[in-house]
Amino acid sequence: MGYEVVIGLETHVELSTNSKIFCSCGGHSSPKEPNDCVCPACSGMPGMLPVMNKRVVELAVTAGLMLNCEISRYTTFDKKNYYYPDLPCAYQITQLNHPICTNGLVTVKTANGARDIRIKQIHMEEDAGKLVHEGKFSFVDFNRTSVPLIEIVTQPDFRSAEEVLAYLNKLKSMFRAGNISECEEGAMRCDVNISVRKEGSDEFGVRTEIKNMSSFEAIDKAIRFEAQRHIDALEFETEELVQETRRFDDVTGKTFAMRNKETEADYRYFPDANLMPIIIDDEWLEQIKAAKPVEVDERAEEYRAEGISDKEIEILLDNSKAAKLLDDVIALGCNAKDSAAWILTDCAGILRKDGQSLNELNISAEKLAAIIKMVANGDVNRNSGKKILIAVVEDDVDPVKYCDEQGFAKKVDSSAVESVIDKVLSENTKAIEDYKNGKEKAKQALFGACMKELKGAGDPALIRTLLDNKLQNI
Amino acid sequence: MNFYATKISDKGDIAVDDTLLVKDVLCTAGSNILQGFTPLFSAEAVTRLVSVGYTISGKTHVGEFGLDLVGEFSNYSEKTDTLKGAAAELVKEGKVKAALGVDVNGAPRRAASISGVDFLKSTYGTVSRYGVVSTAASGEAVGVYAKDAVAVGEIMSKIAGYDSKDGTCQNNEFEYDYSATKDIKGKKVCIITELYEKCDDAIKAKIDSAAKILEKNGVQVDRISSDIFSLAATAWQILYTAETCNNLSRYDGVKYGLRAKEYKNIDELYVNSRTEGFNFLTKAVILYGSDVLSKNRYKDCYDKALRVRRVVAEQLAEILKTYSAVLTPACSAAEYSAYNIADAFSKVFGELEFTAIANLTGNPALVSSGVQFIGDYYKEGDLLCLANAIERMGE
Ligand SMILES: [Zn+2]
Repeated sequence: MGYEVVIGLETHVELSTNSKIFCSCGGHSSPKEPNDCVCPACSGMPGMLPVMNKRVVELAVTAGLMLNCEISRYTTFDKKNYYYPDLPCAYQITQLNHPICTNGLVTVKTANGARDIRIKQIHMEEDAGKLVHEGKFSFVDFNRTSVPLIEIVTQPDFRSAEEVLAYLNKLKSMFRAGNISECEEGAMRCDVNISVRKEGSDEFGVRTEIKNMSSFEAIDKAIRFEAQRHIDALEFETEELVQETRRFDDVTGKTFAMRNKETEADYRYFPDANLMPIIIDDEWLEQIKAAKPVEVDERAEEYRAEGISDKEIEILLDNSKAAKLLDDVIALGCNAKDSAAWILTDCAGILRKDGQSLNELNISAEKLAAIIKMVANGDVNRNSGKKILIAVVEDDVDPVKYCDEQGFAKKVDSSAVESVIDKVLSENTKAIEDYKNGKEKAKQALFGACMKELKGAGDPALIRTLLDNKLQNI
Repeated sequence: MNFYATKISDKGDIAVDDTLLVKDVLCTAGSNILQGFTPLFSAEAVTRLVSVGYTISGKTHVGEFGLDLVGEFSNYSEKTDTLKGAAAELVKEGKVKAALGVDVNGAPRRAASISGVDFLKSTYGTVSRYGVVSTAASGEAVGVYAKDAVAVGEIMSKIAGYDSKDGTCQNNEFEYDYSATKDIKGKKVCIITELYEKCDDAIKAKIDSAAKILEKNGVQVDRISSDIFSLAATAWQILYTAETCNNLSRYDGVKYGLRAKEYKNIDELYVNSRTEGFNFLTKAVILYGSDVLSKNRYKDCYDKALRVRRVVAEQLAEILKTYSAVLTPACSAAEYSAYNIADAFSKVFGELEFTAIANLTGNPALVSSGVQFIGDYYKEGDLLCLANAIERMGE
């Protein structure tokens, strides 16, 4: 008879906010020096009070909406007490009794099919700092203290490591699309609860918890190792399983039990009197809902319907900035498929030349839309459009003005093109003669001269037709 | 008597208890653990007073974190035979116009009562707690010591009002009224018999005299019975010790203040620093608070105290529907004599019945002429007017 692995997950996700959760310190996502982004509040000095960052509430609610949770209209903070030098107040502000989101549901797909994962709750909390050990000294870096986190707690609904990874990948793309979190390495950390039981059994086996893993690879390996350890214990009685907290060691690929002292603490949770209960009224909730980006899957479908390629969709889902830009230019009336090409091919190409990635793209939707429209309307050809784009991306010029200055505008009325051709022909009598004498190349030279005269803005097909006509009539 | 922990200016007209921060001025809150701590900013109340032209005279001695009777267990002030509060005495002697204090446990009110000056514990959320060396966030309040009700009102009107730096500070649309000179005729006041009976004769005489003057001024004074004051004392004992235990846990010897010289590892650093840093009373408060928050006791202690808080607030509100103020003693005796710190925890608890209710429920409480008025939220004005009538008559 086989065994079934039962897994529940607690995932900490760092939120993308400008400032920390209870103070106005910013820049914590890219500090230059230790203790660079620190104030009296987040370093635990007396006299400072936590003040709630509203953005954190909005991002947590958005995450809850994406995971189909019930949103609490009344949510409160609690203090969790423990001593550690990286925790400046010796307590962490978190949510125990009234978390912001509860009872969610998310479906994960693997090669073995789809599974519904119930979300028990999402709560907001602050991160702790970090210790740096050098020789016999330890240094405290408070840059990360009070960085906003949400913790997403699932029910024990996973049945394999694959499902856990599918879930984490889904969270990652959702949260990127929703600007909730960059979900970069280390910005997502997991605690994994795991037990094993005989297939068909309703009762849970002895549960162990593997704490604080941040790489998906480690999570995958840890689950596989731990599940096998449990199975071996049940099948071959290699050891007696006890409920305990364990750590995963990257080097050996094994889990090991933590000292009891670290796990049996009484955290003495109690309500934080410095933070008033947060009331999320209808109006606020509606605002958050309206600002919420559409679900990833739903969105992929929308893109596909617009004729955007799968390859492009993949890039877009992974890159919220590009996706946002695309949405914005579409909203400004541009064609979706065209716009996707402009962003993912042309813009990306320009950045690549400068050794930059799409993430560093800094162009306003208005300017990009202006270029896309100029080309779509036939005001300029695509080549000129690209030149304008380069100038906009690199020097942030005004696209319309730049187009005028450079004389890129297509001379749409053929009379203007005609007069240019006449001028070129009158200046190149030798070439005309060569052409009449059967030199096709001469015509190419004349064409080039016309294009040059039109500064490349002329429509090549039109020039060719008109030039042919003129030459025939000479 | 040495009043100041740190003297700032001879010309200063406002003294500040050492439980409130003044930028760049040493602040220890009377405790060894904050040895050498100099804050980077001033308390909001201090900033507001300075911004309208007042000058800070210095930081007055407080008992360690303001947890004792009147300030007798500061680690920095000299010991005396009769116990007095430094800020209250400064005001009494006319050396400053007023002083700011933090009322978490009634100490400033008891000190004012003994020195015969006024202290107003403001309605919770009217004065910013930004810059308070916090012990029990849910009930501590910034208040004003002054020689009379008019002076208290003047200072209160400068420091009260919304501050975005304190999430519990109320952003009310109405204006706070601190005028002390309105007519009190037709008002009703009640004396709580249980509290009256628990005081010495000197305090009883003050209550009797206050009642007589009020009656002369057309105020109806009733005597009623209520047990909410002793309920409040027990509930607040649980809540303030728990919150204090939590708030003082940041003083761990790692970041600032005292660090023990001897330690072999981080646990010893914590234990030795805190052992040397806190006095016996503070340690008792921390242990008591830690106990009521522990897993086994939380439901029976802390959680119950929160429920009692709601019930007491409701019942007090019921009383204040009929009466403009409850007239009570602020302490059991007109004088305290020196005692051993080992008795401090129970000594302070013995006095909580008179003061704890205002911290527990957030109602305002004014001590004046050795008696205390407890009133409805934001109705400090009523209390000041009652006190003013008695003060004028006494002249
Ligand atoms: Zn900060």
